[in-house]
Amino acid sequence: MFRQAQHEPDAVEAIDLVKDFGATRAVNGVSLNVPAGSIYGLLGPNGAGKTTTLRMLLGIIDPSSGTRRVLGRERPLEAAQEIGYLPEERGLYPAMHAREAIAFMGALRGLPLREARRRADILLKDHDLGDWAKKPIRTLSKGMAQTVQLLGTIIHKPRLVVLDEPFSGLDAINQARLEELIRREARNGATIIFSTHVIAHAERLCERVAIIAKGRVAFDGRVDEARARLRPIVRLQTRERDGPWRSAIPAASRTEGNMFVFELPETGPEPLLKALIDGGAGIEALAIERPGLHDAFVAIAGESAAAEMAQEKPQ
Amino acid sequence: MNRLLRGAFVIGRRDFSATVLSKTFLFFLLGPLFPLLFGAVFGGIGASVANSREKPAIAVVASAEDFAPLQSARARLAGAIDEDHVVRLVRFDPGPDSDAQRKHLLASRDPPVQAVLTGVPDHPRLTGPIAPDGTTAGQLRLLLADAKAIEPAEPSLVVAHADTSSASTSRDEALTGQAAQTALFFFTLLLSTMLLSQLVEEKSNKIIEVVAAAVPIESLFVGKLFAMLAASILGIVVWTSAGAAIVASLKAGGLASLPAPAVGWPIFLALTGLYFAMNYLLFGAVFLTIGAQAATVREVQTLSMPVTFGQVLIFGFAATAVSAPASKLALTAAIFPLSSPLTMVARAAQQPGLGQHAVALAWQVLWVAIILKVGSSLFRKTVLKSGPRTRWRFRRA
Repeated sequence: MFRQAQHEPDAVEAIDLVKDFGATRAVNGVSLNVPAGSIYGLLGPNGAGKTTTLRMLLGIIDPSSGTRRVLGRERPLEAAQEIGYLPEERGLYPAMHAREAIAFMGALRGLPLREARRRADILLKDHDLGDWAKKPIRTLSKGMAQTVQLLGTIIHKPRLVVLDEPFSGLDAINQARLEELIRREARNGATIIFSTHVIAHAERLCERVAIIAKGRVAFDGRVDEARARLRPIVRLQTRERDGPWRSAIPAASRTEGNMFVFELPETGPEPLLKALIDGGAGIEALAIERPGLHDAFVAIAGESAAAEMAQEKPQ
Repeated sequence: MNRLLRGAFVIGRRDFSATVLSKTFLFFLLGPLFPLLFGAVFGGIGASVANSREKPAIAVVASAEDFAPLQSARARLAGAIDEDHVVRLVRFDPGPDSDAQRKHLLASRDPPVQAVLTGVPDHPRLTGPIAPDGTTAGQLRLLLADAKAIEPAEPSLVVAHADTSSASTSRDEALTGQAAQTALFFFTLLLSTMLLSQLVEEKSNKIIEVVAAAVPIESLFVGKLFAMLAASILGIVVWTSAGAAIVASLKAGGLASLPAPAVGWPIFLALTGLYFAMNYLLFGAVFLTIGAQAATVREVQTLSMPVTFGQVLIFGFAATAVSAPASKLALTAAIFPLSSPLTMVARAAQQPGLGQHAVALAWQVLWVAIILKVGSSLFRKTVLKSGPRTRWRFRRA
């Protein structure tokens, strides 16, 4: 999925972005590189600075300091016709018809109104909303309205699609549809940036992620790289509780019920297995798990940020 | 600039359609009918009450012969000034007891008696609650003097007609100027305050983020301002067409009989249209800027009253310039951006020459641009929370 050519410049570059709101520093030196054609996740709990970072990248607000370059332009609004944006707080004119709302967003991004209406009709039909084309937005369900806004975000076939918490408020079916839509846009060559505090979405969709915590980028790289920062986790259940085999288990291990949980030693699984068998531990259960993005997030952003995210309403 | 105008056009088109194609716009168009309707109803009631009250009279206790010269003198005076402004005289035959008759007349309600005049013509005496040096007593003295003259005749005065004089032209032009100024003020007062609430919709429906990411904020301001101007012009065209038809039907000679402005009717009407647009744009830009800071409809409603009073104040300032168009005050009113269109429309009625209007219009366009720029910058800073923090530094001496 990640198809950036060697020489192709990054779709988005941000260097040391800082944003102060009064005495509060919302973003504290964020630097990012989003390769063209990638699906890029911005992970972090609410209040981490994700939305403020996206708003700076889009030119809605200016940074207090730092520089940004979006689709090769230092002023993001100059590239507005090639960008689609779905804000966190969804917004549509309630009296506007669904078709007109999508066409309006297309016209804002430079499409002639007639062409925007034509594309709106096609998009609505493709997403099973053809019958709702001439209904006012206020008569649509929340999920339908969100779909309408999303279609308005991509109507002009943007090269860069920025989605701020796009899965928020969607049911499981619509979440799956949205994931498919994101993949399709990426297949068509668009660069996708989306922010989320739900790690599962990022894990399924992204090649690259930035983990933001307390206004700073704690990690920026490939998902595999984030995972590779952690050793695989071993979960072991034995019949015996003690014996010479215990020396093979790292001192930093913890217990979860009858399980020992610890990082796989750098020597690998064979010496561990040999010590357990030779020492008569009586292996009842053994699992070696590759760390997920959640584990990487915990390790990178810190336990406190992970706890904060866990408390937020799951989507 | 191209991006700005394109964005403004998209926003303006949406706003104009949303305004004009809504059912409430019909009520907006019918709006001026309501004050007219109230005026007609309450005016009719007032006139009916006024008519039902008989005008007080001076009861003249005299014989028919003695009263006749006095009545003739009154008729001559009423011919020279308005009939309503001359005292009304009602004759009563003298009774046997003059004191009792006087008391009886002063108590009379049919007709209501203001005072009783006796002793006509040689020893006139007026009894009643009348000021000795007031207009009633003054008029009666004139009438008595005229009635006593042996051969009352008006001195000969030949009147040769001329179409205009400097006094009449100046007065008529000032009247036209004032009428145009008042019309502009009321139209702007009625229409531009709507702009206060224009951005509340975008802010409350969170559309502002989508718009701000797609077009410059200036586009939003310009688009909204011109959309409402277009909707207002549509309303004015409907109202003035209806108004002109009514004036033409009620007034002999139609609109052409109104006092002619100094620059002539066609140019004056064109300038009035331009100055209305500029007046609307200037006030609208200020109101849009103020309204953009409001987060809720309640805040907008709170802002409406001071904003309206501000407009009235500006109108008062511009109106003072009409009476003395060459004064420093008038020049100041013409230069001050918010009073400039109102002052200049009156000037078009009073002074020939178009150069000053070209300068004034350019000046006003410049100020619309300045206010919009300041407004959108303020919006970005305070509402979108953009831009570096403003730090106020105080240096120690």
